[in-house]
Amino acid sequence: MRKVMTGHKAVAEAMRQIEPDVVAVYPITPQSEIAEYYAEYVHDGIVHTELVPVESEHSAMSACVGAAAAGARVMTATASQGLALMVEVLYIAASMRLPIVMALANRALSGPINIHCDHSDAYLARDSGAIQIFCESAQEAYDYMLMAQRVAEHDEVRLPAIVNLDGFTLTHSSQVVEPLPDGVAKKFVGNYKPFYPLLDVDHPATWGPFAMPDYYFELKRAQAAAMEKVPAAFLEVQKHYSKISGRRYAGFVEGYKLDDAERALVVMGSTAGTAKAAVDQLRAKGEKVGLLKVWLFRPFPGKEIAAALAHVERVAVLDRALSFGAMGALYCDLAAAFVHAVHRPTFVNYIYGLGGRDTTVDQLVQVFAELKDAHPDEGLRYIGLRE
Amino acid sequence: MAASLKSWKELPIGGVVPGGATPELNKTGSWRAERPIWDQEKCIQCLQCWLHCPDDSIRINGQKVTGVDYDYCKGCGVCATVCPVDAIGMVPEREGTCAK
Repeated sequence: MRKVMTGHKAVAEAMRQIEPDVVAVYPITPQSEIAEYYAEYVHDGIVHTELVPVESEHSAMSACVGAAAAGARVMTATASQGLALMVEVLYIAASMRLPIVMALANRALSGPINIHCDHSDAYLARDSGAIQIFCESAQEAYDYMLMAQRVAEHDEVRLPAIVNLDGFTLTHSSQVVEPLPDGVAKKFVGNYKPFYPLLDVDHPATWGPFAMPDYYFELKRAQAAAMEKVPAAFLEVQKHYSKISGRRYAGFVEGYKLDDAERALVVMGSTAGTAKAAVDQLRAKGEKVGLLKVWLFRPFPGKEIAAALAHVERVAVLDRALSFGAMGALYCDLAAAFVHAVHRPTFVNYIYGLGGRDTTVDQLVQVFAELKDAHPDEGLRYIGLRE
Repeated sequence: MAASLKSWKELPIGGVVPGGATPELNKTGSWRAERPIWDQEKCIQCLQCWLHCPDDSIRINGQKVTGVDYDYCKGCGVCATVCPVDAIGMVPEREGTCAK
């Protein structure tokens, strides 16, 4: 049944249906309502989850690691500085192969302090070993919370997963969302069977042992192999989810009017919706423009993106965070994906929307116009910045 | 690298070490900078060293101290500190058990 709800509520609904054994969470704008909704569900006896109201996000992720190693299905949610506090332990969760699923209400990192959206928090955790998915809408946030659970817990994967939803733009605005019936969602998510659960005292195991130069390298390589298993698991889960939801999820990226496009934008998150409006406006005038929206950011689907953009002549890659001293992170990944390609589009890198700065349809129409005579090696460009 | 070391494909998930009591497999005595020397003549068998050892490195037989397990003793010196009769002394590891 279609309902009107915020992104917060959509994420909390998915969590209610997943009903993890443990949720360890600390409130932070713009994530707080996710924690609040879930605390209500626990208080009202709607879910039987051990809610751990920790004193910081470092503790939240630490409690998640302990609970997951014990054998529990575990979830959390955070934003910005909260993720920054978690990151130390997030790396450990990934190395211990613990499928902790978290919603990240994307918010700019301090300083200066700001509460609004950009992707600097997600980029901070880029190399943590967590799977990262970006969502365009509250519906996608709901859908990917359920799918992320399955991908993270896939027997060959077992890695933490972050579902990114733009702070305020998605978390606080009301949209139409169609959740699955509880029974269908619960059946889709299924039961979780942990490996070597610490609470199985008849089969003791040592978790998180010290690894010296003789084994650290091999353990990291094994972790990389788990990440390599994500794409196949992702497609398998999408296929199943599309069947039960009637919504089409097929691939690591979504093309919009891309098949015959000469110019295209590449973007992650809610700005994809703005970009679609810009594409429609220009298509109405006969311009061959399109959009590539990236769902799966880690692992980065370079091959598939290169294939999807192979016919495009000029591409603007939009990064919603600065990687100081380098081009944008998404741009760099894309450039690497094309390094062996025979045909390479002309790429331009735009930085946009830092600290919640609005990005409008008109601005993206202007980006398409600038793309007409873009040249490579022009360095970073900025959208909506006062010069 | 020694041939006995495993390849990355052979490692249990997440670096888990299955099975209990795994510290026994890893002899940590080589960390020691100072070595406790137990003097059987002075020892009054009060077992304070055995009680206080943060590892499990004071060897006993029944209720009698028989020596120090140098495979695991890390040389923290707690035993020497708690001994009421100075029956345990710490000597630099490089001097080992050489009599003076």
